[in-house]
Amino acid sequence: MAALRSSSARVLAAASRPAFRPVVAARGMANLADGATHSNHASDGQSPKLKTFQIYRWNPDTPTEKPRMQSYTLDLNKTGPMVLDALVRIKNELDPTLTFRRSCREGICGSCAMNINGTNTLACLCRIPADNSAEMKIYPLPHTYVVKDLVPDLTLFYKQYKSIKPYLQRDTPSPDGKEYRQTKADRKKLDGLYECILCACCSTSCPSYWWNSEEYLGPAILLQSYRWLADSRDERHAQRKDALNNSMSLYRCHTILNCTRTCPKGLNPGLAIANIKKELAF
Amino acid sequence: MIAQRAGTTALRRVAAAPSSVFKLATPLAMQTRTFQTDKLTPADASALLAKQRLSRPVSPHLEIYDPKQTWFGGSAWQRITGASFSGALYASAVAYLAAPLVGWHLESSSLIAAAAALPVAVKGGLKFLVAWPFVFHAINGVRHLAFDVGVGFGRSTIIKTGWYFWGASIVGGLYLAFFM
Repeated sequence: MAALRSSSARVLAAASRPAFRPVVAARGMANLADGATHSNHASDGQSPKLKTFQIYRWNPDTPTEKPRMQSYTLDLNKTGPMVLDALVRIKNELDPTLTFRRSCREGICGSCAMNINGTNTLACLCRIPADNSAEMKIYPLPHTYVVKDLVPDLTLFYKQYKSIKPYLQRDTPSPDGKEYRQTKADRKKLDGLYECILCACCSTSCPSYWWNSEEYLGPAILLQSYRWLADSRDERHAQRKDALNNSMSLYRCHTILNCTRTCPKGLNPGLAIANIKKELAF
Repeated sequence: MIAQRAGTTALRRVAAAPSSVFKLATPLAMQTRTFQTDKLTPADASALLAKQRLSRPVSPHLEIYDPKQTWFGGSAWQRITGASFSGALYASAVAYLAAPLVGWHLESSSLIAAAAALPVAVKGGLKFLVAWPFVFHAINGVRHLAFDVGVGFGRSTIIKTGWYFWGASIVGGLYLAFFM
């Protein structure tokens, strides 16, 4: 192979190497440490602010090996402010085998949901506490099957979402033949519900969901259920309520309220579930 | 593949040279990836998932979740205190029924006589063991009734009232144990 790398390619490579480097450096977005391109960055000359991250590791290629915690130490002066920045930097610079989901890095996709220092949240919205040197512990979402490292298997979660028919169901056409209109007051009822990004932080924080995930829908899916129950344009309220009216789907909620405390979007699944219970009761 | 690689390498070098036209766009457009997908029926997919789950570990939960929420959760303690009281009620009722048959003395007078001989700290301590769960279950039950009508769901309200009810139940338990 080396022989086939033609001499012309080598000459070209040598000639263009200095020009090539900035292109590579510009791609390392989470890395502020690149001295060549960020020489005037504020971190220069500061004493290093070290922080250790303990991260859950499990590799499906060696399934008999037990999951373990691996430590990585980063200098916070050279790392972005969020936990996701630290994870990306660890993957880029320390250990490319570390596996996690991420996409939007601004709390709108829900990919990087994980358990950080004991609470479920989105890594991209969770600041690294800089005021202390305590270790940070990062686990996958609790009580899920682990695909690899911080990646949980959410198949059941998505199946449950599908089971509540998360779409507008109507039998009558709209009066003007164009749009299904609703009053401002009716639209307001959907605030605090439609913002849910289905990151599964709340469902996997719920002990009741840990023990009964096969049958209990869990806070995220129930919040979505209520989003469609509360929608004035939907015409299948009775069927939707019927589907929830059994001992498992809804009533495994014991108002533990870890869901509301953990939601990274500041929503209130606990209140949504209470509202469903009220609708079913009265 | 080798020929392709040599070609892309050369092209990339050219593109990376300080050209004003192709500076950014070309190297990104150059990245190609080949991949293959297998078609699976839903039955195959669920069989595959079941097979994978056999080897996948379940991620840690109770032992790593925030202890403030797992060990001091009002809901869990509501159930624990309620279940212990139900259990104690059944046990004492059965013991009272069985007492004459096995020769135990569980009449009020003999129980009072047995407790009177104990030091105050032990008496109070034993009473607190019963009084705290009682007070906790009673007042936290009111909190759950409030939840049922949709009151008290604010995030900070949940955290604050949780601690208030713990404090109030301990104070109430101490009062019942030592001042009643």
